Amino acid sequence: MSKIWIITKRELSGFFDSLIAYVMIILFLGLSGSFTWLFGTNVFMLGQASLSVFYDIAFWSLFFFIPAITMRMIAEENKSGTIELLITKAVSDGQIVAGKFFACLVLVLIALLCTVPYYITISRLGNVDDGGVIGGYLGMILLAASYISIGLFASSLTQNQIVAFLIALFIGIFFQMLFDVIGSGLTGSLGQVFSFLSLRTHVNSLSRGVIDSRDIIYFISIILIGLAGTKIMLSKRNWK
Amino acid sequence: MAIVVENLTKKYGIQKAVNDISFEINTGEVVGFLGPNGAGKSTTMKMITCFMAPTSGDVTVEGASVLSNPEEVKKKIGYLPEHNPLYLDMPIVDYLRFSAEIQGVNKSDIPSRIGAMIDRCGLDVEKHKNIGELSKGYRQRVGLAQAMIHDPEMLILDEPTTGLDPNQIVEIRKLIKDLGKEKTVILSSHILSEVEATCDRILIINKGRIVADGSSETLRQQAQGQEILTINIDASGKDNIEKALRELKNVEKVSPVDGKENWFTVQSKPESSSRKEVFDLCVSRKWYLMEMTGIETRLEDVFRNLTN
Repeated sequence: MSKIWIITKRELSGFFDSLIAYVMIILFLGLSGSFTWLFGTNVFMLGQASLSVFYDIAFWSLFFFIPAITMRMIAEENKSGTIELLITKAVSDGQIVAGKFFACLVLVLIALLCTVPYYITISRLGNVDDGGVIGGYLGMILLAASYISIGLFASSLTQNQIVAFLIALFIGIFFQMLFDVIGSGLTGSLGQVFSFLSLRTHVNSLSRGVIDSRDIIYFISIILIGLAGTKIMLSKRNWK
Repeated sequence: MAIVVENLTKKYGIQKAVNDISFEINTGEVVGFLGPNGAGKSTTMKMITCFMAPTSGDVTVEGASVLSNPEEVKKKIGYLPEHNPLYLDMPIVDYLRFSAEIQGVNKSDIPSRIGAMIDRCGLDVEKHKNIGELSKGYRQRVGLAQAMIHDPEMLILDEPTTGLDPNQIVEIRKLIKDLGKEKTVILSSHILSEVEATCDRILIINKGRIVADGSSETLRQQAQGQEILTINIDASGKDNIEKALRELKNVEKVSPVDGKENWFTVQSKPESSSRKEVFDLCVSRKWYLMEMTGIETRLEDVFRNLTN
């Protein structure tokens, strides 16, 4: 059995034992469900058989929920000292980071899987663009993975979970909103660069059902940079 | 050689926590690191267990270097860190299973290994509890169990008995002694009697350097050098007695013991004993020799001399 999976399994059972998983899934479903079906500009008001309302809600609720999941992942181990025990087991720093990353990702995947009934319901109401649905879910997954890697990095910077949460939100808000705002305020190539950095641009283009390699590369880059940063912070103890 | 430490140095900023230490540990030895707080015991252990890389120097464990092959080293070592950090929200059995899996124990062997550890560390009554619900002594046992779960050739225990009650200390020491029969064990402590009771060999570390290395007897002999006796003679004429003692051939120094009539401390010349002479003197003068005791240098004194 791979070392990464052993760590993932432990973290996942931690999520479910400590109720974090249930709280997170219920809140996510409650929030996205009520705004998709009951309140505001819901599906019925829009009058279209599309999941775009759900994507808008999930876009913001994932932004807040993910730092809440990731904040304790490394900060708590740093604080309680269990990181020493984990590192001195026969496992590399990279495997530890990857194991924790996949644990968070699996939790988000479970939450997203619980929204499949939304799609089934809407597809009964009219013709749904299946390409858009696949792209939309892919966008959500990649967005979640990006925020998880940013959140893990934030968690590796500190021993304090609240600080980790806030740092993750602070870094996240740039990708979530600020790059978009800055990009639209600027003209020329600089404006284009900032617009490209904005997560929303890429999530939107995916949810239109167009799976462009540039979008994929964008997300993968964020994920890898975040994870590399986390690994570097974890290896900081080795600095001479 | 089980462990070879070569010119190991670790700097924290400008402070040298461990300063160019070298030593070798043979397979099957039980070695105690002794030193005052902040001497560099834990730092040395952290470098041997691959928790942190040395600033310079190297450690090899059964031929595997901590610099180039840390994963191999980690497999061979079972480690109990200081303060015994554990996942408090995990049940004991789950935690032991996690430790076994991650240390690469064969899947089919895991249940029997967990069973063996629970028996050996006396965790049977508590085995279904969460670690967080255990008392300190039981947590320490879980710490030992997770260190031994993959049957490592070497155990590194950082202050294994701190915070335990006297009964638990005795039990843990017995466990360490048993382990020492089949495994190489390094433990650290600042409790001298503990190291003396459990270890074949003692390394005294002070300010990042090794200041003494040997069995407790060797260390004591090195520090002792000259024989010291306390004597009580029942006779009148204190000054007379003192003068007579001073004139003996093998006696170097005589001093009266403060506050006690006719008690003296007698120091013999190097590599000689004055016991027989003192006795003969008393016989010839018809004094009663009430007491004659040799003072053994205690390990405490060795420790104090070397680290102060």
